[in-house]
Amino acid sequence: MTQKLVVIGAGMASGRALEHLFETDPAAYDVTLFNAEPRGNYNRIMLSPVLSGDKTYEEIVTHDADWYEGNDVTCRFGEHVTAIDRDRKVVVGQNGEVPYDKLLIATGSAPFIIPVPGKDLPGVIAYRDLEDTNTMIAAGAKGGRAVVIGGGLLGLEAAAGLAARGMDVTVVHLMGHLMERQLDDAAGYLLRRALEDKGITVRCKASTAAIVGEDHVEGVLLQDDELIPADLVVMAVGIRPETRLATDAALEVERGITVDDQLVTSDPDVLAMGECVEHRGQLFGLVAPLYDQAKIVAKTLLGEAAEFVPREVSTKLKVTGCDLFSAGDFAEADGHEDIVFRDPARGVYKRLVLEGNTLVGAVMYGDTADSGWFFGLIKDATDISEMRDTLIFGPSFQGGAPLDPMAAVAALPDDVEICGCNGVSKGDIMAAIAAGAGDLGAIRATTKASASCGTCTGLVEQVLGATLGDDFVIPAAAGICGCTDLTHEDVRRLIKSKELKTQPAVWQELGWSTPDGCHICRPEVNYYLLADWPLAYQDDGQSRFINERKHANIQKDGTFSVVPRMWGGMTTPNELRAIADAAEKYNVPTVHVTGGQRIDLLGVRGEDLPDIWADLNAAGMVSGHAYAKGLRTVKTCVGRDHCRFGTQDSTGLGIKLERHLWGSWTPHKVKLAVSGCPRNCAEATCKDIGVVCVDSGFQIGVAGAAGMDVKETERLADVATEQEVIDLATAFIQLYRENAKYLDRPYKWVAKVGLDWVKEQVVEDLENRAALIERFEISQSVYRTDPWADHVKTRAKTYAPVTTFALEAAE
Amino acid sequence: MSNWTDIAALDDIAIRGARVVKTAHGCVAVFRTGTDEVFALDNACPHKKGPLAEGIVHGNTVTCPLHNWVFSLETGEAQGADNGRVETYAARIENGRILLETSFLKARAA
Ligand code: SRM
Ligand SMILES: Cc1cc2nc3c(=O)[nH]c(=O)nc-3n(C[C@H](O)[C@H](O)[C@H](O)COP(=O)(O)OP(=O)(O)OC[C@H]3O[C@@H](n4cnc5c(N)ncnc54)[C@H](O)[C@@H]3O)c2cc1C
Ligand code: SF4
Ligand code: FES
Repeated sequence: MTQKLVVIGAGMASGRALEHLFETDPAAYDVTLFNAEPRGNYNRIMLSPVLSGDKTYEEIVTHDADWYEGNDVTCRFGEHVTAIDRDRKVVVGQNGEVPYDKLLIATGSAPFIIPVPGKDLPGVIAYRDLEDTNTMIAAGAKGGRAVVIGGGLLGLEAAAGLAARGMDVTVVHLMGHLMERQLDDAAGYLLRRALEDKGITVRCKASTAAIVGEDHVEGVLLQDDELIPADLVVMAVGIRPETRLATDAALEVERGITVDDQLVTSDPDVLAMGECVEHRGQLFGLVAPLYDQAKIVAKTLLGEAAEFVPREVSTKLKVTGCDLFSAGDFAEADGHEDIVFRDPARGVYKRLVLEGNTLVGAVMYGDTADSGWFFGLIKDATDISEMRDTLIFGPSFQGGAPLDPMAAVAALPDDVEICGCNGVSKGDIMAAIAAGAGDLGAIRATTKASASCGTCTGLVEQVLGATLGDDFVIPAAAGICGCTDLTHEDVRRLIKSKELKTQPAVWQELGWSTPDGCHICRPEVNYYLLADWPLAYQDDGQSRFINERKHANIQKDGTFSVVPRMWGGMTTPNELRAIADAAEKYNVPTVHVTGGQRIDLLGVRGEDLPDIWADLNAAGMVSGHAYAKGLRTVKTCVGRDHCRFGTQDSTGLGIKLERHLWGSWTPHKVKLAVSGCPRNCAEATCKDIGVVCVDSGFQIGVAGAAGMDVKETERLADVATEQEVIDLATAFIQLYRENAKYLDRPYKWVAKVGLDWVKEQVVEDLENRAALIERFEISQSVYRTDPWADHVKTRAKTYAPVTTFALEAAE
Repeated sequence: MSNWTDIAALDDIAIRGARVVKTAHGCVAVFRTGTDEVFALDNACPHKKGPLAEGIVHGNTVTCPLHNWVFSLETGEAQGADNGRVETYAARIENGRILLETSFLKARAA
C-alpha cells in the first residue's frame, strides 16, 4: 500500500534523497513537498557563480516542473510549514494540513545575524537564497560600496561576486586571518593578497559594533570607532541549524535535530537530514556528507538497512583566481607532523599534516592540482611511509628537483633593491654579471652593491648563484634557524625591499619550511617587522621571549623581577617609599641595587605583576625595561651641580636622553652613560653610547662593551650642545635599529659595517641624520609608552590562572 | 570514566599562547596553537622546572623559557637531543569553549 511521505524543505539534501527514493521504488510513497522559498530544488552552492555573473538561475535548477510532475510530487512551494502535530501525524502548512505516515525534516539552516544595533535596516542582508543573490545583483548594478561581515567561505564568495559586479567591497573579519577554520595563516595571507589584487579591502581582527543609517543602511561602525560607509551590508558570519519546527514538536534537539545512524529522530516516524541535524555531536555545512545522508534516508524510508558514516570533507572556494583547498581535521587530530612546501615565485603554499604514517590533513594555496590525490590519501588513510620524503611533490613526482634554497631570491622581480646603501637593484646586478662580473669583488667594483655597510652581501651572492648557476659557489652562510636557509641579513633586507609587513608574509614570500617559525626566528622576525614598519605592523607578544611578553625578567624558580625606571639614576624619597611599600606588600624576598643605578625587586609572583605595577605607576614610576632588547639605562654621575670637577650637567643630559629614547625596541639591549668629566665615574667609555663631558662640550663614543667582551668606545663625534648629543645618539640608535642583525650589540654591528660608514650616515650626511631622527620619532609615537600601565589596563587578567580548581573539587 | 570540565573560552588564550590552570597538585598549562588546537601539559619542565606556559609556541611544540628545551604538545616528549617528558592531559574545543579532561585530578588525589 502506498504510504504518505511529507517533506519539509526542498533543499540540496532532500532533493537528492527524493531522487534516490524514486530511482529505487517510485511507487512506495505519495510525496508532498513543502518549501518556504517560492520555487523547487536548485543547486544552492551555485548561487555564487550566479552572483558573479558566470551562470544564470535557470542553469542551476536541478528539478523542474516536469520532474515533479513525472514523479507525482505534490508541490507546496512558497508555503511555510508552521507546525508538526505528531499525535495526529499531520503537518500544518500556511494553507492547510497534510497527514503523513513518514515525515522528513530538511529545513537547512538559517544565517546567523549578529545582534548589533541596525541589523534590521533595509540594505542589510544575509547570503542564503536566490532572493539574497538577486538583491546583491541589483545593488551591484547601482555601484557604490558594500561591506561583507564575515571572512569565511560564504562571505568571500559574496565579496568576490559584488566586486565582479563593480562594487567597492570591504570584508570585515573578526579573526586574525581569512577562513581561519579551513586555512592556516600562511594560506590565509595568500588568499588575502589575491582578494586585495581584485580590489577588495580586507579588515581582519575587526569587530562590528553597529550598523548605522536612518532609513537605509549607511555604514558599518567598528569597535574601534571607525566607520566604513556602505550602501549594502551582507552578513555572512555563520549559520544556525533551522530546528524551530522540531523543537516545537518536542523532538529531541541539541544544537541540531538529533538523528541516529539511520537519520531517524527521537520519533521513529520522523526522519531529518541536512544542515538542520546533529549526528553524533556533529553539524554539517557542506553538501558532500548530505549526499551520503540522502542515500541512507532513501534506504531507511524503504525499510532497508543502512548506516550513515560521516566522511571527511574538503573545502574549495569558488572565487576565480583563488585556488585553495583544505581538508582533514586539523583541530582534533593527535600526534601531527607537518611537511611544508612554499614556492614564493608562484605564490604556492602547501602543507601536509601527518599522523604516524598517514596523511590526516592538507592545506594548499595557489596550486591545488594534486588536491584530489591528497584527499584520497586522507580518506583512505593510506600508509605513506614509502613516499614520505617526496609526498609533498604529488603523484607525478619523478624523483627530481629538491627544494631550492635560492628560490626566494630567484623569485624577486628585477627592480627590487638589493643594496640599500647604494640603491642597486637585482636587475643592475644581473646586468653587471651579464657584462662579465663573475664574483663579489667584481660586483662591488662595478655596481658598488655590498661595497658599503655590507649587510646585503649574502643577497648579492645569491643573485650571482641564481644567475651563474654552478659556475658560482656561494660561500656557506648560516641561516637563522632550521626554518630558513636565508641569513639574518638577507631576511632583514628582503623584508624591506619586498615590503613584507606581516609574519605570514615573511614565512610565505621567503619560503619558510615550517608553518609558523620557531623560538629562534619568531622574535627576530617580529623585531624586524616592528622596526621597519612601526605603524603598519602590530607587535606580536606571542613571538616574544617571556621577559618581553610579560615585561619582567623570569627567574630560575618561575617568579619575576621588577625594575622601575629611575631616570638617569635619580630617585626621590617618595619613589623609595613606594618601592619599600611594594616590597613589603608583595613579600618581595630580595631587593638589590643594580649595576644600572636603580633598584631590582626580585622574586615577584607572576600573578602579582599587574598589582605591583599599578602601585608603582601610582607613585609615578614606569617600567625600566630591564628585560628588553631595547633601551635599558642611562647612567649618570652627579656632574656640575655637585662635583668640583664637573664640566656640564651630566645628570640632566642623561635624564633627557633616557626620556627621549625609552620604550624603543632595538636588535639587542642598548645602554648609555653620561660622565661629567674625563674621570668618567659613570663608566661612559664602555657603553653602547657613552658621553664624556668636557669644557668645550661633549665627546660621544659608541660601540663600547663591558659584558662578555670588554671594549672601549670609539669616538663618533665631538659636539658643542646637548641637542647635538641627543640628535647623534638618536640617529645612531635608529641606524642600528634599521640595519643590525637581531642580537648583535652595537659594538658587534659596528665592527661589521665599519665606524666610517656609520659616521658617514650619522655625522656627515645631515639630511640622512634628520631622516633617521624622523623615523625614530615615528616609531616612538607608538612605543614611547609605559607597557606596565598598558598591561594593567588591557590585559591584567592574562597574568592570572585561567581557572583554579579548589582542593575540594579535586577530591 | 571521563570527566570533561569547561575551563575557559578559547579566546581567553592568545593564538600561539598558553594559560595556566591551578590545581591542588600543581599547575597545568593549556596551550592554543596557530591552527587553533588546544593541548594541556604539566607546567613544569623536566629539566629544571621551567614554566612551560611562558614559552614560545610554534607548530605543535613549545620552547621552555628557561633553557630552550622544545617539547611536543601532543606527546609531552622533549624534541631533538634532549631527553625528558611532561605529563599530558586530554583537552578539546567545543562551541568556542575549552574542555579539559579532569579525571586525573581524582586519580592523583586518591
Ligand atoms: C639586575 C642586573 C644585575 C644587578 O643586580 O646589578 C642584571 C641582571 C641580569 N643580566 Fe646583566 N644585569 C645588570 C647589569 C649588567 C651590566 C652592567 C651595566 O648595565 O652597567 C652588564 C655589563 C654591560 C653590558 O650590558 O654588556 C650586564 C651584562 C649582561 C649580559 C652580557 C651582555 C653582553 O652583550 O655581553 C647579559 C646576557 C645577555 O644580555 O645576553 C646579561 C643578562 C642579565 C639577565 C637578564 C640574565 C637573564 O637573561 O635572565 C639578568 C636578569 C636578572 C633579573 O632577573 O633581574 N647581563 N648586565 C643589572 C641590571 C641593570 C639594570 O638596572 O637594568
Ligand atoms: C551561497 C552559498 C554557497 C555555498 N557553497 C557551497 C560549496 O561550494 N560547497 C558546499 O559543499 N556547500 C556549499 N554551500 C552550503 C550548501 O548549500 C548547504 O550545505 C546545503 O544547501 C544544505 O542543504 P539542506 O538541504 O540541508 O538545506 P537547504 O539547501 O538550505 O534547504 C532547506 C530548504 O528548506 C526550506 N525551509 C526551511 N524551513 C522551512 C519551513 N518551515 N517550511 C518550508 N520550508 C522550509 C528553506 O526555504 C530551504 O529552501 C553553500 C551555501 C550557500 C548559501
Ligand atoms: S652576572 Fe648577570 S647574568 Fe650572570 S648571574 Fe649575575 S645577574 Fe645573572
Ligand atoms: S627548565 Fe626547561 S629547559 Fe631548563
